[in-house]
Amino acid sequence: MNFSSSLELLAFHNVAYTIYAFMIISVIAWFAYNLTREEKAKSIVRIPFYTYIGFLVVMGVGHHIFTYNTIPWVSQDITRHDITPDASYKFEVGKHKWINMPKHVTVQCGQTIEFDVQSRDLVYGFGLFRQDGTLAMQMQVNPGTDVNGILDSNDILWTFNHNGLFDVVSTEYSGPDAYDRETGEDLMKVKKWLTVVGCKEDGGKK
Amino acid sequence: MSIMNNLMNGTNFDHKSLNALQKVTLRAVVMSFLFFGLVAIEGMIMRLVQAHAPIPDQFSHPEHYFSIMTVHPIVGIFGSTYQLVFAAFMFLVPFLTKKPLYSIKLANAVWLLITIGTALAWLSAFFTGYAPLYTLYWPLPADTTQFSVFGGIVFIVGVALIMVGTLGFIYNIYATIFQRVGVHKDKTTKELLISGFGIDGMLNLWNKLRGKQPYTKEPALALPVVAIFRGTVDTFLDAIVILSAGILVLVYLLFDASGHPLNVGAVDALLYKNYFWWGLDLVADGLVLIYVAGSWYLLATLITGQKLFMENVARAALMLELLVSWMVWSHHLLADQGQPEMMKLISGEMVTAFELLTQGLALFITLVTLWKARPLKMTPELAYLLAGLIGFGLAVPAAIIQADMGMNRILHNTQWIIFAHVHIALIVGLYMTLYSAVYVLWPIVTNNTRMFSKKLTWTHFWLYLVGGVGMGAFAGMAGLDGMLRRHLYIHGEFNTYMILAAICGTMVLVAWFLFLFNIVMSVGIKGLIGIFLPAEDKTASYGIEPETIAENHKV
Repeated sequence: MNFSSSLELLAFHNVAYTIYAFMIISVIAWFAYNLTREEKAKSIVRIPFYTYIGFLVVMGVGHHIFTYNTIPWVSQDITRHDITPDASYKFEVGKHKWINMPKHVTVQCGQTIEFDVQSRDLVYGFGLFRQDGTLAMQMQVNPGTDVNGILDSNDILWTFNHNGLFDVVSTEYSGPDAYDRETGEDLMKVKKWLTVVGCKEDGGKK
Repeated sequence: MSIMNNLMNGTNFDHKSLNALQKVTLRAVVMSFLFFGLVAIEGMIMRLVQAHAPIPDQFSHPEHYFSIMTVHPIVGIFGSTYQLVFAAFMFLVPFLTKKPLYSIKLANAVWLLITIGTALAWLSAFFTGYAPLYTLYWPLPADTTQFSVFGGIVFIVGVALIMVGTLGFIYNIYATIFQRVGVHKDKTTKELLISGFGIDGMLNLWNKLRGKQPYTKEPALALPVVAIFRGTVDTFLDAIVILSAGILVLVYLLFDASGHPLNVGAVDALLYKNYFWWGLDLVADGLVLIYVAGSWYLLATLITGQKLFMENVARAALMLELLVSWMVWSHHLLADQGQPEMMKLISGEMVTAFELLTQGLALFITLVTLWKARPLKMTPELAYLLAGLIGFGLAVPAAIIQADMGMNRILHNTQWIIFAHVHIALIVGLYMTLYSAVYVLWPIVTNNTRMFSKKLTWTHFWLYLVGGVGMGAFAGMAGLDGMLRRHLYIHGEFNTYMILAAICGTMVLVAWFLFLFNIVMSVGIKGLIGIFLPAEDKTASYGIEPETIAENHKV
């Protein structure tokens, strides 16, 4: 199993958590019903205490092992400083405006791109959203400088495996000036900023 | 009895019969539920804006919308939840230890300080549009190009008053626990400390493993008091962090007002985030979980009248929860690329995963304690307790899922986090537990006042439960579709989910109104006013045996 995009992961997560939610509600409801009954309830399944504790430990730790092995951006993120990207885009943000940001970026399928965003003043976010509003990826953009006054990097590597058109949205609140005070329009949103081309219909290189 | 008569005089409530401890408890409870109404209305305004409902334009203006979002958690967490929890614990500690509360005056100061502080923060946001959100990410709260300096100062003073009130609560709790009177007359401070930190529970387990006699058969402090003792450690640390962050912001605002602004770049934004989240997370992953576990244990034992199942394990688990709560803050910084990867892995993922164990253990112990006492009558307090278990049963795994480097990349700052996790944990998990405590303690604190209507109680229960879970679910689904939590949407982008969430939110609001109506009809307006009049009986303790409560639940 491997999730090549956030959409696949979110769909899996949605189904898995919904099943769990119904399960836990049903278990407590069954428990509540039998709590009030005079006759002894028949156990559907008998789980020894240490099995239950073991299950919790396995779920807690196993969840991270599962995602590490199935979500490609986890290991890529941890080792990103040892990976040479196919292309790199470095720009700044300040006073609620993107500065020196390319007007448009085109990415070939399967390319690994580095985005390095530096903030001159506040905490912002950098997120890529599909045209249907779903989130492809994001990071926080913290302000700050080193001892020489050079702005701190906020860098992320991302590999694009599906064709698409992406908007840029600041995913962190940076005050009401990020919006038009009258209309409420998001002034930091850059529509159709990035295009991915060259993938097969179901993802992956042609 | 006519409706009007009920409205004025209540059922059989007599405020003159209440002692000082009962009155100070009820004062904070009243303020807590009034703030709950305010927070529910604020929440509904935000839901209606996001659902593109035809409401006045001003609510959609960014400064107004985000000022509501700024005070919403301040009013909800501090004005309502803190007040209710503090009120319950300042009553329970004397009740369970059979000792007087250290100071009634201090208890009065606590609810007054929190009420005034919350009101100041709210007024600042309402009138000046001060809106850095509760996260106060540096340097936004000191950004005077976007916010009024005066508004910021009032807001920070308000939050500081809340924290001073919190420190007053902490002092009162520990001073009461360490008082060497009554059953603790012959106990040493060391014995009380060992019991308070649950070390006696651990030693009992250790001795059992070695086949030796237990370290102590009768621990100095009852288990719920141990939970209060330990949760209050986190409450203290959290108060210090928020207070110091507030002082930092205040210094910058005051210098700005004097015409000599300081350089905001002198404070490292990421380091500040780490410090602030360490403190703020002690609320979410520290005191809330510990207090809740303690409350479940207390409620389960009071409702069943039986000893808690696996009490030593429960004591030891509370200690583990305390240690875990100090080391999990990095899960809030998984999207911060400057955060060291090892901290993300260890603090953000691995230690955080322990909460599944500690909370799962608390759930298990509570359920088995109830099960062993079956058959039980399904009273409101039992139903609310079980609903509280559902809330955390849903919210804690949601937290573990998102506290993952893979998942966080696409869930961070989305509505999933704040609704599927936070709102379900608070509205369903925490508040259902607190409602259970309210119904358990109601006869004790009000001297057996009859509740006006049982039908209203059950209507409140179902409306609140379905509305709370529904709102969390629908808004959480919007988060999975990419809806951000701290963002203004004006084109109805997530309308379907937002309309459904607004319908469920309305159920929560209506449920609150029914609950309040039921309470007012039970105590009457005269009684309500009477709660705030000085108590004739200055007694600061309450000595009803807990076993009497259990009798009401036997079939």
